[in-house]
Amino acid sequence: MNNPNIKTEFLPGDFDLLGSEKISQIDETYASQSYWHDILKRFTNNKGAVVGLIFILLVILMAIVGPHMSGRTYYDQNITHQNLAPRVPGLEKIGFLDGSEKMHTSQGAIKQNKYISADSSKTTGLEDVYYWFGTDVLGRDIFTRTWIGTRISLYIALVAVLVDMCFGMGYGLISGYFGGKVDMFLQRFSEILNGIPTLVIVTLLILVFRPGLLTITLALAITGWIGMSKIARAQVLKLKEQEFILASKTLGAKDFFIIFREILPNIFGQLIVMSMFSIPNAIFTEAFLAFIGLGVPQPLASLGTLISDAFKSFTTHPYMIVFPVIVLAIIMLSFNLVADGLRDAFDPKMKEV
Amino acid sequence: MKKYILKRVAISIVTLLVILLVLFLMLEFMPGSPFNDEKLTAAQKAILNKKYGLDKPMLIRFFNYIKAMLSGDFGVSYTISKNTPITSLLQTRLPISLRLGGQAILIGTVIGLILGLIAAIKHNTIFDTITTVISVLGVSLPSYVFAMALIYGLGFRLKWFPILYDVKKPFDSSIMPTISLCMFTIATVARFTRTEMLEVLGSDYMLLAESKGINSFRLIFRHALRNALIPIITVLAPLVVGLMTGSLVIEKLFSIPGIGSLLVSAIQSNDYNVVVALTFIYSLMYIGIMLIVDILYGVIDPRIRLVKGAGNE
Repeated sequence: MNNPNIKTEFLPGDFDLLGSEKISQIDETYASQSYWHDILKRFTNNKGAVVGLIFILLVILMAIVGPHMSGRTYYDQNITHQNLAPRVPGLEKIGFLDGSEKMHTSQGAIKQNKYISADSSKTTGLEDVYYWFGTDVLGRDIFTRTWIGTRISLYIALVAVLVDMCFGMGYGLISGYFGGKVDMFLQRFSEILNGIPTLVIVTLLILVFRPGLLTITLALAITGWIGMSKIARAQVLKLKEQEFILASKTLGAKDFFIIFREILPNIFGQLIVMSMFSIPNAIFTEAFLAFIGLGVPQPLASLGTLISDAFKSFTTHPYMIVFPVIVLAIIMLSFNLVADGLRDAFDPKMKEV
Repeated sequence: MKKYILKRVAISIVTLLVILLVLFLMLEFMPGSPFNDEKLTAAQKAILNKKYGLDKPMLIRFFNYIKAMLSGDFGVSYTISKNTPITSLLQTRLPISLRLGGQAILIGTVIGLILGLIAAIKHNTIFDTITTVISVLGVSLPSYVFAMALIYGLGFRLKWFPILYDVKKPFDSSIMPTISLCMFTIATVARFTRTEMLEVLGSDYMLLAESKGINSFRLIFRHALRNALIPIITVLAPLVVGLMTGSLVIEKLFSIPGIGSLLVSAIQSNDYNVVVALTFIYSLMYIGIMLIVDILYGVIDPRIRLVKGAGNE
């Protein structure tokens, strides 16, 4: 307005008529949707999450059928089949996964194929043998072992969710709902437990019990629920002063009825999301434990122990480590993507945890 | 504020005592006694027990135990290096681990902040996508996968860095371990910074600051980043925990003579005293860091201590 050069007058050409057909394009009418339908729609719109879900389903399927596919067991050792590189029928014709491997030694790189002898007059007896993921130093089938290991990882995921859902949720709900002395006591207890590093708890458990699935399960059960109980408590504190709870109380509802029938359905979404996020953490913990030699005992294999075993010879036979790492990465990535997708679906405004 | 800090300190001390109690009870109930030589008569055993204070009631022994642990007297190692005081084992190993962890958290936080900042400012561009991919990968892959890739690529094939830790070249040897350790930190910090910055950048006070004509550099660093940083402090505590666990594996992979690899070999060879001492040290560091982060958070964001105070007292 201080500048007199700018014209402030509007001319008829400055405007153009907006027809009603343009407005109707902006407004979209939806049929009323239920809460879960809404969530499903938001979830399926998230490409990453859907891909993650598909991969999880694939991995679960492979964990079920995988160990039976090659006709070999995870514990059978075959001394004549040691250190065989991956060989897949069909793919070998295009020179990929054809059973040959490049070995890098101090003398330089050598390419060799243990299945087919370079000298055509000799036979190795392995011409018709196919190991899809190769064999390890003891001649065990890595394919079967990988899917057996996947079972362990999925079991760990299940344990993590169960611990979260049963113990963490109940603890948080009770602590938040009853408040006062109960809350004070429960919160101090979980704060102290939270102050002890998981690593320390696991180490101590292993000193008392033997390394194995039970120890890992126990370690997860002791430490896994704390994060969940905090979230559940915070959600209950938010809800319990609201009118519908008061109404329910006035109608004579019992405490546990209010907790599980009135409050829980309202916060279940957040709790599911939270428990999904604990899955990658739990699988991570198992993989680390396996790597420092505290995994499931031989001959059983988890992805962590497979990676840790293959590491011992991974400069000469890198193929041994590749497949377990890929499967582990797929599991971790998929669960992370699905958890992200669920969080966005349940509460688009919720912040990343 | 004083009350808040006092409460945090009290909780930390109780936690430490609980850990000490657990360690002590485990020592008590482990099968076997220090003097199970068959040649010893009952009288000799009684003398030995008296000499080492083992005839006193449990409570007094517990207090003696606390005193010994807190003064850094952890006893001797059984199997790793026979009869060496654990304190002397730690003297050379602790600084190496601390430096590695410090490097990783420092570099990880700085790179993570920069990545998150760029991703938020250039929202929905290729930079944003790259950061998202990096952070998802960093969170999803265990640090030893990165370590192995580095060992194979840069160490074994290209021979740029030593594969195993070389005491004579501590800096060269620490590059690959640091990179593999800080990937998780980078990923988490970048992810968190991005979310926080996006929220702050979309707020009304940023619009006001922008309309006042403050230049964009000042806008981002003085107005946006400062507010976005507050919640990032909360993720630091879990990150440090991640580094602790990560360091066990990384130290083992690169044969770094730190406390992580010591703990691994102590567990594997059942060197009970060493495990207990290291467990205690890890707990001490963990509790210390949690305490600092909690207090820092209360100082920076007054809402935290008000809410917590109102909820608990």
